[in-house]
Amino acid sequence: MNLIIDIAWTHVTARLRQTLVGTFGVATGIGFSVMMAGLMEGSQKDFIRQLVDSMPHIAVTDEQRQAPVQPASIQFDTVEFRSLSTETERRGIKNPLALIEALESWIPGAVAPSVTTKALIHSGGRDLAVTVIGIDPKREVHVSKLESQMIQGELTSLFKASNAIILGDGLAQKLGVTVGATLSLATTTGAPVLARVVGLSHAGNRMTDDNQAVVLLKTAQILDGRTALINEIRIRLDDVMAAEIIANRVERQIGYKSTSWQESHQDILSAFQIRNAIMVMVVGAILLVASFGTYNIISTITHEKTHDIAIMKSVGLRAATVRSIFVLEAAFIGIAGTLIGWMLGYILCFFVGMIEFRSGFTDMTHLPVLYAPKHYVIAGAVGMLSSLIAGYFPARKAARVQPVDIIRGAS
Amino acid sequence: MNTPLIEARKAGRILHGEITTTLVTDISLRVMPGELVAITGPSGSGKSSLLYLMGLLDIPTEGEVLVGGEATRSLDENHRADLRLSMLGFVFQFHFLLPEFSALDNVLLPMRALNRMKEPLMRNRARDLLATLGLADHLWKRPDQLSGGQRQRVAIARALANEPSVILADEPTGNLDTVASAQVVSILRQIVDEEKKAVVIVTHDPGLAAKADRQIQIVDGRIASDGFTASYRATMAS
Repeated sequence: MNLIIDIAWTHVTARLRQTLVGTFGVATGIGFSVMMAGLMEGSQKDFIRQLVDSMPHIAVTDEQRQAPVQPASIQFDTVEFRSLSTETERRGIKNPLALIEALESWIPGAVAPSVTTKALIHSGGRDLAVTVIGIDPKREVHVSKLESQMIQGELTSLFKASNAIILGDGLAQKLGVTVGATLSLATTTGAPVLARVVGLSHAGNRMTDDNQAVVLLKTAQILDGRTALINEIRIRLDDVMAAEIIANRVERQIGYKSTSWQESHQDILSAFQIRNAIMVMVVGAILLVASFGTYNIISTITHEKTHDIAIMKSVGLRAATVRSIFVLEAAFIGIAGTLIGWMLGYILCFFVGMIEFRSGFTDMTHLPVLYAPKHYVIAGAVGMLSSLIAGYFPARKAARVQPVDIIRGAS
Repeated sequence: MNTPLIEARKAGRILHGEITTTLVTDISLRVMPGELVAITGPSGSGKSSLLYLMGLLDIPTEGEVLVGGEATRSLDENHRADLRLSMLGFVFQFHFLLPEFSALDNVLLPMRALNRMKEPLMRNRARDLLATLGLADHLWKRPDQLSGGQRQRVAIARALANEPSVILADEPTGNLDTVASAQVVSILRQIVDEEKKAVVIVTHDPGLAAKADRQIQIVDGRIASDGFTASYRATMAS
């Protein structure tokens, strides 16, 4: 009803300073919530993006989830075996080319074979254990960002020399080598190999850059001492978030262990969950504090307006009408606070996004901020709701005023 | 005879606290249309309490109060509010206007709350009411820009806004100078004579009471006397 809006509007505009303080309380709450959410989710997305970029979305390896059952256990009904040597398995994915073809037929994305092995790099009297990945450069471009992460040389430079190798820039620095240098690589099984550095890569992620070297499939197979070995099939998906589901399906289909990026980084992802829980609590606390401000103001107004409430009720306004007047006042503060809070949030996000930021672990230069409408909607809704709740309690008390008590007191 | 506008049947209001206080008790009276009733009595005698009972601002703890023939004691708060809005008008000693609103808006308040006619019609009526009470030039003034007498007239205009059957006034002249008092009394007189409404005034001013048609005297919460005034008898006789 018109009358309610009129009275409520008059009350809040007559106390402009108080109203503004309350409005800014709500606005600050909402603004900082939006900023916090944008920053938290932005840095998280940025981190995940780097993580996902530096590795395949799904890696199918030549392992099984469960240790394989020994042939003797299948053959006999036994209680226990002792001193039985376990069957040695030939490592590697069996019939990899056919498997890759089968996967390519239905997976939305690209598939490439690779050999992953651990090797010792020997150079200038230093030994470093690294992960050596053998790839097919023509296929690799479809499954990883390696091509775009090259800071010196190209992926195809691998073809230019026999036993060419691309090092992570951190690794090259540790070894003190540059492009053109020759290193010796050795594994426990295969033959030692002399490799020539043809390029440097930089993924922006220390784990990768300090520990990874890339060679051709063939070179890796020589290192491992087995021709035609493929022990990892790397898959890149069009939709990153589908990795978990597709990995499960691949595993069911071919029996090899398929690890999605989510699974291999469960620790980080669960840390993010904790971070998000903390964020929700902090944001909630900010908005709660803001709603105390609203409560205070509506309380003060109802207190100052006891006289008016008595007038309105003696004239014949219903308790519900009086209550809605004050709830509406809280709503005005909530609405104005939300609008200003949104602007404030946007501005804060903008400035926070300009802050320079360097960390050794990743490659960020500025704080990453995510601009998501969702943050604005949620912060606004929570802000509005808390304003209404904060207004409701004093309003309810105001509506209970008995006019006769006030009139008696006045005359 | 037609139904009384307000009727009290052995009504009383007793406060049950640590000490039981009887505000009023055993009140039986009828207020008929076209009557100007003055309720008098020493301070603390319970005359205001009686007015609040009659005006449905308070609930009797004993007996019954009927407004327009309807028993009100068991009505819920919303019903009582609705009855106040449509049947009763109040004028208090302290003007009790909404301070941030203009005279016009104050008069509009009960009409807008009742919401029985269109806004432009309400505005016209409010303007007319204020004009009849000599406030045509003060429509847009806020209460603090008006004199005491003017404020009281705005309060009367507001009380009349929804064309109630009864106006209840609690010391309406208590705070005014002689000229303003006389003006207020003549307005109330006019309401009774011309519109056949009932007006009930609580006052301790014998001069004002003498101008009423009927005087009810309250002593210690009970009706001590109830009868027509000399001036009424004189008018009737002439």
